[in-house]
Amino acid sequence: MSGERIAVLGVGQTKYRSTRGDVSIAGLVREAAYRALEDAQLGWGDIDAVVIGKAPDFFEGVMMPELYLADALGCVGKPMLRVHTAGSVGGSTALVAASLVQARIHRRVLTLGFEKQSESNATWALSLPQPFSVSANAGAGGYFSPIIRQYMARSGAPDLIGCMVAFKDRQNALLNPYAHLHQHDLTFEKVVESPMLWDPIRYSETCPSSDGACAMVLGDEVAGDAATGPVAWVHGTAMRSEANNFPGRDEVNPLASRDCAADVFRQAGITDPRTQVDVVEVYVPFSWYEPMWLESLGFAEPDNGWRMVEDGSTSLDGGDLPVNASGGVLSSNPIGASGMIRFAEAAMQVRGMAGEHQVDGARTALGHAYGGGAQYFAMWVVGSEKP
Amino acid sequence: MRDVAVVATAQHQVAALTGTTEVQLMVPLLNAVRDAIGLTQADIGFTCSGSSDFLAGQAFSFVHTLDAVGSVPPICESHVEMDGAFALYEAWVKIQTGAADTALVYGYGKSSPGSLRDVLALQLDPYYVAPLWPTADAVAALQARLLLESGVSGAGELAEIAVRSMRHAVGSPHAVRSSADVTVADVLAEAPVADPLRPSDIAAEADGGCAVVLAAGDLARGLCERPAWIRGIDHRIDAHGLGVRDLTRSPSAAAAAVGAGAGDDRLDFAELHGLYTSQEAILVRELDLDDDLLVNPSGGALAGNTTMAAGLMRIAEAAARISAGEGDRALAHATSGPCLQQNLVCVLEGE
Repeated sequence: MSGERIAVLGVGQTKYRSTRGDVSIAGLVREAAYRALEDAQLGWGDIDAVVIGKAPDFFEGVMMPELYLADALGCVGKPMLRVHTAGSVGGSTALVAASLVQARIHRRVLTLGFEKQSESNATWALSLPQPFSVSANAGAGGYFSPIIRQYMARSGAPDLIGCMVAFKDRQNALLNPYAHLHQHDLTFEKVVESPMLWDPIRYSETCPSSDGACAMVLGDEVAGDAATGPVAWVHGTAMRSEANNFPGRDEVNPLASRDCAADVFRQAGITDPRTQVDVVEVYVPFSWYEPMWLESLGFAEPDNGWRMVEDGSTSLDGGDLPVNASGGVLSSNPIGASGMIRFAEAAMQVRGMAGEHQVDGARTALGHAYGGGAQYFAMWVVGSEKP
Repeated sequence: MRDVAVVATAQHQVAALTGTTEVQLMVPLLNAVRDAIGLTQADIGFTCSGSSDFLAGQAFSFVHTLDAVGSVPPICESHVEMDGAFALYEAWVKIQTGAADTALVYGYGKSSPGSLRDVLALQLDPYYVAPLWPTADAVAALQARLLLESGVSGAGELAEIAVRSMRHAVGSPHAVRSSADVTVADVLAEAPVADPLRPSDIAAEADGGCAVVLAAGDLARGLCERPAWIRGIDHRIDAHGLGVRDLTRSPSAAAAAVGAGAGDDRLDFAELHGLYTSQEAILVRELDLDDDLLVNPSGGALAGNTTMAAGLMRIAEAAARISAGEGDRALAHATSGPCLQQNLVCVLEGE
């Protein structure tokens, strides 16, 4: 990476829940921001700029809500940017914040992603009628299920791989106090028997709809060196986008995903991701996307990602590449924050601060987010050592 | 800091786009800026855009506009839910990191299918203000009223700003409101829409889009005969609550101007994104512009205001004028939010 070194100085998350009726939108974002500052042992006055991200404004019914949130985020008199890149937005937002440090424009930047889905209705927000176009009103699950079926057909994966992913992530979530879903009595059989929503996606294989916010404080090398606690160093950042529809597009393994992974690993000096990366936080809103992304990211050979799920490689309990130790998007999904949570959890792992879901000895981690029709990608690699 | 310049601009603005989607609007503009300097999308290091789902009436509306750019093979790209001027800022930052040497920036808005004045009410505090549905004009009128009653400005000054905008807009290809012979008396004779704001005090609503290419250093010199160099760019935000700030002031505009180094040397002209004559009167003071400075040679946002692109259009207007040799140093300004809450200042220079 060119430019200034970037350190993750602090991470803050809210409790994720269907409805955070106890706080306003401002109260929600302030909760995450305050925890990130506390973790970084910094105050509002130490922050030079704020970069905020969230998914469509219709999800709360507030147009450009960052304007209203300037006061709550201690931003008055400072620069504030609002990012929106579909589902990858939480990741992209962190990357825009990182670029402000990398370019030596600011020393310390607060970045935050949030969604308070309970304020509005996501199904309404995603189903506004458009002239001259027919909406299937199938939701995201309806959109992605044919792509998953294509993956199953070409990889020959056994039918219950998705259920294995879902059960693993929900078990991991029990170790994460911030996770939305804490299903103590869930069994693998219950996942398999849960209602089929969009074949092959069962109810227990989909993400919940959550309220929540996640924040990080990023700093330059001096700030990273000055931190009293452990920091995560950013080793690579990458974003890619591709059109939703074009002849020959590989929807299962999009070129934008492969390009983005190649770029971020090249920057981080990673030539063999499977052995050089210790823990991965991947954006998996539907269970089958775990093996699909593992292949796309180069952790598994094409059509073989499901074998990593089947043989327990991605398990927090003894796997060599734990995936979504936090419980992942399958256990908490405040959409605009979901990507940033992946990035923040990756940083928490290499800082050794992930608590009960800590992967022992994690030194290098990948944070990943995607959005749109699997066409927007944001990734970063963080490490316990300076790049 | 790397030297970064605007090397190509294109814009289109009309009172209302009918029968044209945002994608159809942007295709010719994006092609025009790339063709002007002989670059294809594959030559562009970073692409960034600004737009609003609330104008499009559709979640993820910007995803469709990606089709106008051309993203096969995949591109390094980002989007802000802000005016395109802030997308330009993000692109400038990207070039400063060294990760890109060129950037394509665009912003667009098509507010005509809805009632913009009502839609903008949803930008206000969602618990205490938005439920009252104050129109954008009503909110701005509070600011204008305070400006007049505090004695900072007078109705005559505001009318002069309106007249100047309409006169400058004559012959300006992107202006949607112009007049060669309107007088201050004509403006003052208009019945107020939201007292004290008269129709000519209010920016003319428009639909449109704008595209800009940025390039660094010698690359910019090779692409363009006279690049418009970004000598400084900064943006700040003020408190949102209308009751917690002095509405006759815009500290964020003043701070952004200082941050961008606007006062470091003599300016030849300024392009301001004031949505009301009262806002322009405040901006002239906050940006510390000389009394005799040429303000809004294009007519400014008053002569045509495409929400989400009008700020980027100010930068494009200033850059095009500098590249054409019609000035050596200019200030371009963009605003967002109610009553000049958030402001960006970009200082451009020719060599």
